[in-house]
Amino acid sequence: MSTIQLWTLIFTILTFGLYIYIAYASRVSNTAEFYVAGGGIPAPANGAAIAADWMSAASFISLAGIVGLAYNGYGGSVFLMGWTGGYVLLALLLAPYLRKFGKYTLPDFVGDRYNETARLIAVLAAIVVSFVYVAGQMAGVGLVFTRFLKVDTTWGVVIGMAIVFFYAVLGGMKGITWTQVAQYSVLIVAYLIPAVAVSQKVTGVPLPQIGFGNILDELNGLQTDLGLGATYTEAFGQITMTNMILITAALMFGTAGLPHVIVRFYTAKSVRAARYSALWALFFIALLYTTAPSVAAFTKLEIMDNLSDFTVASAPEWFTTWSDVGLITQAGEAAAPIADLPPDQALTYTDVAINNDIIVLASPEIGGLPAPIVGLVAAGGLAAALSTASGLLLVISSAVANDVYYKKINPQASEKQQLMVGRIAMAAAIVVAGYLGINPPGFVAQVVALAFGLAAASFFPILVLGIFWKKCTAAGAAAGMITGLVVTMAYIYWTIPIWGGSEGLWGIPATGFGTIGMLINFAVTIIVSQFTTKPSEQMQELVEEIRFPGRSELVTRHAAGEDLH
Amino acid sequence: MDQSQRQDYWRRNLRLMASLLAVWALVSFGAGILFVEQLNKVSFMGFPLGFWFAQQGSIIVFVILIAIYVWRMDKLDAEFGIDEYEQEVHHS
Repeated sequence: MSTIQLWTLIFTILTFGLYIYIAYASRVSNTAEFYVAGGGIPAPANGAAIAADWMSAASFISLAGIVGLAYNGYGGSVFLMGWTGGYVLLALLLAPYLRKFGKYTLPDFVGDRYNETARLIAVLAAIVVSFVYVAGQMAGVGLVFTRFLKVDTTWGVVIGMAIVFFYAVLGGMKGITWTQVAQYSVLIVAYLIPAVAVSQKVTGVPLPQIGFGNILDELNGLQTDLGLGATYTEAFGQITMTNMILITAALMFGTAGLPHVIVRFYTAKSVRAARYSALWALFFIALLYTTAPSVAAFTKLEIMDNLSDFTVASAPEWFTTWSDVGLITQAGEAAAPIADLPPDQALTYTDVAINNDIIVLASPEIGGLPAPIVGLVAAGGLAAALSTASGLLLVISSAVANDVYYKKINPQASEKQQLMVGRIAMAAAIVVAGYLGINPPGFVAQVVALAFGLAAASFFPILVLGIFWKKCTAAGAAAGMITGLVVTMAYIYWTIPIWGGSEGLWGIPATGFGTIGMLINFAVTIIVSQFTTKPSEQMQELVEEIRFPGRSELVTRHAAGEDLH
Repeated sequence: MDQSQRQDYWRRNLRLMASLLAVWALVSFGAGILFVEQLNKVSFMGFPLGFWFAQQGSIIVFVILIAIYVWRMDKLDAEFGIDEYEQEVHHS
């Protein structure tokens, strides 16, 4: 076992032990604790949990590489702005009002505000979006285990499942939330240490966000010398202005419509705590999201510098490490292994293809950091994947146990029965997610990015209208949700390379179409609402009531289960 | 709160939201995308300014916007005597 593997093992065992301890300490005994942690999580902790929930394996491992390599700098801004800007919408338009409404799940709000048809559509959409997403997380866990510990992917996923099983089934939302607080701490430390070290080494400034500006001229110059076409900071080199706007908007509005993010505001103590949770969450997310583009630039510069003129034999050590596991290959369609080349073969940057994940995985080695730090990065990747997976699994389990079992099948169910069904649903969801992680359907990677478009096109409009427009009707919402969802799914199916492979309309990519789907949803909901039965007087009063924080009699009665339709 | 106070509270909430969302759109879609090429002619701490907004500035402004929101809403709540936060009901 190499030193790096040893340290990875030590950090993995230490962090997993911590998660198990927290899970045991926060086991729950009633549904309010299982679904929303009793609504008693303080704002900073809730913010850290939201941040961990939100930042997936993809954010931690791939984001910097996507920005720096795949999207050549400026183009990657769609992800940076898109995945943070949505929190402004959440904080201002949704979080306080949904918290005042005081329910367990997103379909709960839809069902209570509109009607049962709308609830079922919402349950279906929430489950589909969450499963698509969670499969990617489980695959991420397997990936980290394979790369760092040379454990078989299947075993990697099984170990991950066992850990999540322990704290999610035992502790529900309470266990998940407190574990996520620990996971956030692990992942942010693991991200920032190498970033500061690389910044210090490459720019002489320890603060990555400042050092970033000092190297851009050099980076642009180097890209021009290598004949890479557009420079790093040049606008619209890869994506047109229209598509930049559409993709950014789809990611922003999608963020504000994702069920596993919205449900987190129910766990806040009060309306005021829900507002503060959004602030803390974005602050914690911004720490990573302003660092990622800096790391992308430093590491790309360092890689291009390291690889300007070299031979297979004289390549730096990290190059050999990562080409051995196939993350660095020869450029071109075939992606032939580097090992096929003779040792004295001369190479430059443009002769090799570097996987996006290398930027983060190899940055400690490129920055010349000792083995323990590399191990810490592996533990950080695992924390990011596990925390997102558990949040999504809770959405699936609560949709099944609360919205389907309790609300539809057995409304007389006792607290104990509901809890049991919730735990069984959670266990089943973990098994399915694990299966999908071990045998990922070919389209998962492509569809994860599209989950945002689907969330934007289905949930965002009817949530906002449901809060801000008292006369928005149930029929309008149901029609809007279905139209938005169907149109967006059809466009995705039509344009995605492995299925339809069509050019699409006006060059709009599938990732950006969610914005169009959302506008269609808004239009349909508003038009249909003009011609259908208005919500009852009481419901309109309730919608007005949630605009004001503090105690109110109508909300209390509604929360106690009174039907206001 | 009586009816006119409620209307007043809600109007002020909406006005705050509208101005914050205008800034939100201005820094991301405006400075980061629509006017990025013009702004890139200006240099800021080594960054072309438009590029800085797209990769750093917009995110920093987003955090500040939410901070202003929670601060102003706290003040608004206090002005209207809302302090019963902890007794809000929950569920089922």
